[in-house]
Amino acid sequence: MTTTNDWRGVAAENRDDEMPDKVSLVLKERSRRLLGDLLRPHKTILIWLMVAVLIENAARLSVPYLVKEGIDNGIPPILAGDGSKTLMTIVAILLVAVLVQAVTRQFFLMLAGRIGQGVLLSLRRRVFSHFQKLSPAFHDGYTSGRVISRQTSDVDAIYELLETGFDGLITAVLTMFGTAVLLLVLDLKLGLVALLCFPLLYLLTRWFRTESAKAYRRTRETVAVVIVHFVETMTGMRAVQAFRRERRNQDIFESVDDDYRRANERAFRLVGLFMPGIKLIGNITIGVVLIYGAHLAFNNEVTVGVLAAFLLYLRQFFDPMQEISQFYNTFQSASAALEKLSGVLEEDPSVPEPQTPIALPEAHGALHLDHVSFSYVEDRVVLPDLELEVPAGMTLALVGTTGAGKTTLAKLVARFYDPTDGRITLDGIDLREISEQDLRTAVVMVTQENFLFNGTVADNIRFGKPDATVEQVVGAAKAIGAHDFIVALPEGYETDVANRGGRLSAGQRQLVAFARAFLADPAVLILDEATSSLDVPSERLVQRALRTILTDRTAIIIAHRLSTVEIADRILVMEHGLIVEDGSPADLVSAGDGRFSDLHDAWVASLA
Amino acid sequence: MSAQTAGTASATPPRQGGVRSLWRLRSYMRPYGSSLVIMATTAVTGVFVSISIPLVTKAMIDGPIADKEAGPILPLGLLALALGVVEAALILIRRWVQARAVLGFETAVRDDLYRHMQDLPMAFHGHWQSGQLLSRITVDLSALRRFMGFGMLFLVINIIQLTVVTALLLKMYWPLGLVVAVSAIPIILLSRRFEQKYVVVSRQVQDQQGDVATAVEEAAVGFRSIKSFGRRPHMEEKFGRHTKTLYDTSLEKVRLSSRFWTFLEVIPNISLVIVLLLGALAVGREDISPGTLVAFIILMLQLIWPIEALGFILAMAQEAMTASDRVLDIFDTESTVQGGDRELERPRGHLMFEHVDFHFPDSDCLVLRDVNLDVAPGETIAIVGATGSGKTVLTSLVPRLYDVTAGRVTIDDVDVRELTLPSLRTVVATAFEEPTLFSMSARENITFGRPDASDSDIAAAIETAQAGFVHELPWGLDTRIGEQGMSLSGGQRQRLALARAVLARPRILVLDDTLSALDVHTEALVETALRRVLADATGIVVAHRASTVLLADKVALLQDGTITHVGDHHELLATVATYRDLLAGDADEESLAAEGRGALR
Repeated sequence: MTTTNDWRGVAAENRDDEMPDKVSLVLKERSRRLLGDLLRPHKTILIWLMVAVLIENAARLSVPYLVKEGIDNGIPPILAGDGSKTLMTIVAILLVAVLVQAVTRQFFLMLAGRIGQGVLLSLRRRVFSHFQKLSPAFHDGYTSGRVISRQTSDVDAIYELLETGFDGLITAVLTMFGTAVLLLVLDLKLGLVALLCFPLLYLLTRWFRTESAKAYRRTRETVAVVIVHFVETMTGMRAVQAFRRERRNQDIFESVDDDYRRANERAFRLVGLFMPGIKLIGNITIGVVLIYGAHLAFNNEVTVGVLAAFLLYLRQFFDPMQEISQFYNTFQSASAALEKLSGVLEEDPSVPEPQTPIALPEAHGALHLDHVSFSYVEDRVVLPDLELEVPAGMTLALVGTTGAGKTTLAKLVARFYDPTDGRITLDGIDLREISEQDLRTAVVMVTQENFLFNGTVADNIRFGKPDATVEQVVGAAKAIGAHDFIVALPEGYETDVANRGGRLSAGQRQLVAFARAFLADPAVLILDEATSSLDVPSERLVQRALRTILTDRTAIIIAHRLSTVEIADRILVMEHGLIVEDGSPADLVSAGDGRFSDLHDAWVASLA
Repeated sequence: MSAQTAGTASATPPRQGGVRSLWRLRSYMRPYGSSLVIMATTAVTGVFVSISIPLVTKAMIDGPIADKEAGPILPLGLLALALGVVEAALILIRRWVQARAVLGFETAVRDDLYRHMQDLPMAFHGHWQSGQLLSRITVDLSALRRFMGFGMLFLVINIIQLTVVTALLLKMYWPLGLVVAVSAIPIILLSRRFEQKYVVVSRQVQDQQGDVATAVEEAAVGFRSIKSFGRRPHMEEKFGRHTKTLYDTSLEKVRLSSRFWTFLEVIPNISLVIVLLLGALAVGREDISPGTLVAFIILMLQLIWPIEALGFILAMAQEAMTASDRVLDIFDTESTVQGGDRELERPRGHLMFEHVDFHFPDSDCLVLRDVNLDVAPGETIAIVGATGSGKTVLTSLVPRLYDVTAGRVTIDDVDVRELTLPSLRTVVATAFEEPTLFSMSARENITFGRPDASDSDIAAAIETAQAGFVHELPWGLDTRIGEQGMSLSGGQRQRLALARAVLARPRILVLDDTLSALDVHTEALVETALRRVLADATGIVVAHRASTVLLADKVALLQDGTITHVGDHHELLATVATYRDLLAGDADEESLAAEGRGALR
C-alpha cells in the first residue's frame, strides 16, 4: 500500500488556486484598477490618514531626541545651580510629543479601520452581485467551491493586508528612514558607523523574502490538500465506513498532514533564522556604536545624551524589520487574491441584460426557436439547426438518450445560454431583448438540482413568489402533493431545512422545488428531469397536478421515464441535436416502428 | 474553504474545563520534553542576557567616559558585543527547537482527531456539520499550537522579565523604579477588561463572518435556482444585510482595539516623561549618575513589550483553553457503534431482520418498527416503499452505519453487533443513491473499499457498472475526479459508485436506488450485468421502478416503517393494491399502455 500522491490522480493545471511563483510589488493593471475603484470613495479620508501618519511618526521619532536634549541641556544648568527651567521646557515638549503621538495614532487606527472595512464591504457586495449576474455558462466552468473561496479566503487575504499590512509597512518605512536621517543629523560619524548595518539588513531581508515566499506558498498548498481530504472524508463518512476505508484514509491523511507539517516547519525555521539574524545585526551595531561612541565621548566629540539617543534610536530601528518581512507574505497573498478577484469582476455575463428591454408584462408563452444552433465549445455543435414552434399552452416533451441535446434546448429557452446562431422568441420577442426580471417571471426551470435555501419549508416555497401569503404557499404545496409530508414534519411549514435540506429526502426536496415553481406561476415552465427522485405515487400526484397546472401554460418536459412524458400534447424524440420524431404520444406509438414506440413497448413490458 | 466559514457557533455549548482540558492534552507534548526544557532554558537565559546589555552601557558611561580612562572601553564594548551574539544565538536555538516540537504536537493531535472522527458513527456525523469539525482541526489546533509554542513560554518569561527588571530598577533608584512599577498596574488591569470585551466582539465578528460565508455558499451552490426564479435582488439584499452587520461589528472591534493599543503605548511614554524629569533632577542633585539614567531608560523601554504582550498572551491562553475544550468534545465522544469480536469465517450471506425498531438519536419518532425479514443466501430481495418509508435507513442497519434501537439484524445467525466492524463491512457493500466521489483518481474512487484490487478486477467492475466512460477521461483511470477534478454527471457518478460496490465483492450487496439517474438504455445494460453479480451474492435492492424490482427474486413492501408484504413481484402486483399503486402506472397510463397495445395489434 503506497501513500504517495498516486491516489490524487492527475488533473488539469488549475493555476488560479495556486500562488504565483514570483511577486513583484507592482500589481497587475486590472488589480490596480480594482484597488483604485475601491479606494476612490475614501480619497479625502486617505489624505487625512497620510497627514495623521506623518505627524504620528514625527512625534514618535522626536522622543529619543528630546531625551538627549534633556540629558545634555537639561541637566547641566541644574548641576550649575541655574535651576530646572530648561529641563522643564524640554519635558513639557516631550509630554506634548507623547500626547500628540497618542492622539494621531488613535485617529490613524480608526480611520484606517474604517477605510479597510468600507473597502471590504463594497468588495464583498460587488463580487457577490457580480457572481450572481454572471451567466450559468460561467458557473458551469467555475465550480461552486471556487466561487466560495473567491468570496471567503481571497477577501480575507485582502482584509489581512488592509488591517495589518499597510499600517505595519508605513510605520516601518517611516521609522527606518526617519531614524537614519536623525542618526546622521545627531552625529555624522557615529551615524555612518551605525548605518553600516544597512547592506547586511538588506541582504538578509531579501534572502528571507524570496525563501519565505516559497515556503509560504508550500504551506498554503499543503494545507489545502489536508482540508480537502478532511472535508471529503467527513462529508462522505457513510461511504468511508461502509467500505472500511478508515485505514487507507488514515494513511493518506497522515501523509498529507506530514507534508503540511514539513512545509510549516520549513517556514518556521526560516523565521527562526531571520529573527535572530536581525537581532544579531542589531546587537552588533549597538555594540559597535557603544565602543565607537564611547571613544568619541571620551574625546568629547559627542555627548552622553547623543550616545543615549543613539542607543534608543537603534532599538526602534530594528524592530520594524520584522514587520517589513511579514508584510511580504501578506502582500503576496493579497495581490494574488486581488488578481483573481479582478479577473472575475472583468468577466462579462455571456448572456447580458438588454440595454433597452422590450417590456413583457404578461407573457402568453408562445415559443419559437428560429433556426437555432448551439455549441458549448467551438467546433462541437450540440444543436445544429433547430426549427421549432411551440404555441402558447402546449405541453411539449423531449425524449432521447443522454447527450441528445434535450437539456441544452431547455437551457436555451430559459436563457441560461444564448444560441450561437438563430434566435429564440417568446411571444414574438427575442429572449435577448427581454429584461431579466420579465424573463424570469415568464420562464421558470425546475431541474434535478433541488436546492433548498436556509430557512423554513414555507420560505423555500415562497422563494418562487416572495409576496405569497401563507394560504398561497399551502395551496401550492397541496396542489403538488407536498402538503401531507410537510405537515408531518416536526414544525410543519415552519420546519427549518438547515444543512441544505438535512432530513428531507431527495424526493421531498423535489416536491418542495415543484411547489416553489408552481407558486411562481410562470407562463413557460421547464421541467428537466424534475420528477426523477419521486416514487411512483408522488410522481403520479405531481402528474395529476401538472395536468391542471399545465393547461393554461406552455411547458417543456424532459424525462427518462415515459410515465412523465405521457401527459404531453406533443413529443419530440431527439438524437445528436436533431429532432428525429415529432408527434402526439398516440401518433408516435401507433406509428409502431419508431424509437418512441420501441421505448414505449419496453415500458409496457415492464408493467405487465 | 476558509477557516472562518467553519468558525460558526459550535453544536454543543463549550464546557468550562479550561485549564483542565489543556492539561489533558499534555501527553502529546511528552515526546518533546527535552525540547521544552531547552526552550525554557534558552528563553530564561535570554532574558538575563538582554538585561545585562544596558548594564554594560551604564558601566561604559559611568566608567571610562566619566572617569576619562580609555582602558576599559574596548573590553566593555567587546563584552556588549559578545552578549549580543549570545542573545541572538539563544533565540535561534529556541526557535528551531520550538518549530519541531509544536508542529509535532499539532500534527499528532490532528492525526488522532481524524482517526477518532473516522471511528465515530453516522449518528455523530449526521449531527455535526463538517465545517465545525474542520474548524477543530485547523483553527483550534493552531490556537493550541500558538499557545504551546509561544504563549505559554512567554507568559512565564515575561513575568520573570517584569519582576527582574522592576527589581533592578527599584535597586538602581527606587523612586523611579516605583514610577515604572506603578505604571504597570493600569496596563495589567485594563488589559484584562479590554480582553474580556474584545473576546466578545471578536466572537461576534467570527459568527457574523460565518453568516456571510454561509450566504456566499448558499448563493454559489443554489445559483441555478436563483437564476431560474430571477431572485438575484432578494439574495443581494439578504447578503447586503449580513455584510452590513459584519461591517458594524467590525468597526466596533476596530474602535475598541484602536483605543486599547493607543493606551498601551501612551502609558509607557508618559512614564518615560516622568522618569526623564525625575531622573534628570536626580542627576542634577547627583543622586544618580548619568550612566544610571541612560541604563534606566533603556531598561524601562525593554519592559514595554512584556507588559503589552501580557494582554494578548492571556487572550491566547483563553483561546487555547476554549480550543482544547472543543478538541476534547470530539475525543470524549465515544463511538456508540463498537465492533464485537467475532469474525465470519466463510460467510454465506444469510441475512435476517428480527423485530427491528429504529429511531434517530435526536428524536423519539420510530422510523422502523418491528421489521422482520429473512433473505436466504444468494437470494436477492427488492425493498419497495413510498418516499420516506424508511428504505434507506433499513439498508444502513446492515453495515451498522446506524444501530437498531430494538431487535436485531443477523448475518448467518450472528448478530451484526457481535462481529468486528472490518469483518462485517467486508461482508456487506452498499452502492448509495447519492454517490460520494472523492477528489482522487478514478481508480482510487473505484478501489475505495479494496485498495489492492488487480487491474483485471477493476476492469470487470467497470464493465458490470457500465462505467466504461472512465477510460475516455483525459488520463483514463488516473484522472482526478470529484470537486477538485473532472466533474461527472449524476448517471456517471452512480455508475462509479456501483463499480465501487461491485469491486468490493461482498457476500451481501446493497443497491440503494442506485440506478435512478441512468437513462433507460444504460439502465437496461447495467441491469443485465448486475443480474450476474447478484446470482452469487445476497442482494438488497431498493427500487422505485418495476424494471429494477425485476432484478430481485422476491419483493418486500415497506409501509410506514414496517414490512407488510413479502412475495413475488407479479403476485404482489396482482394482490396488493398499495404495491400496484407504488409500482404500476395509474389508470391513465394504463389506458395509454392499452392504447399502445391496441396500436400494435
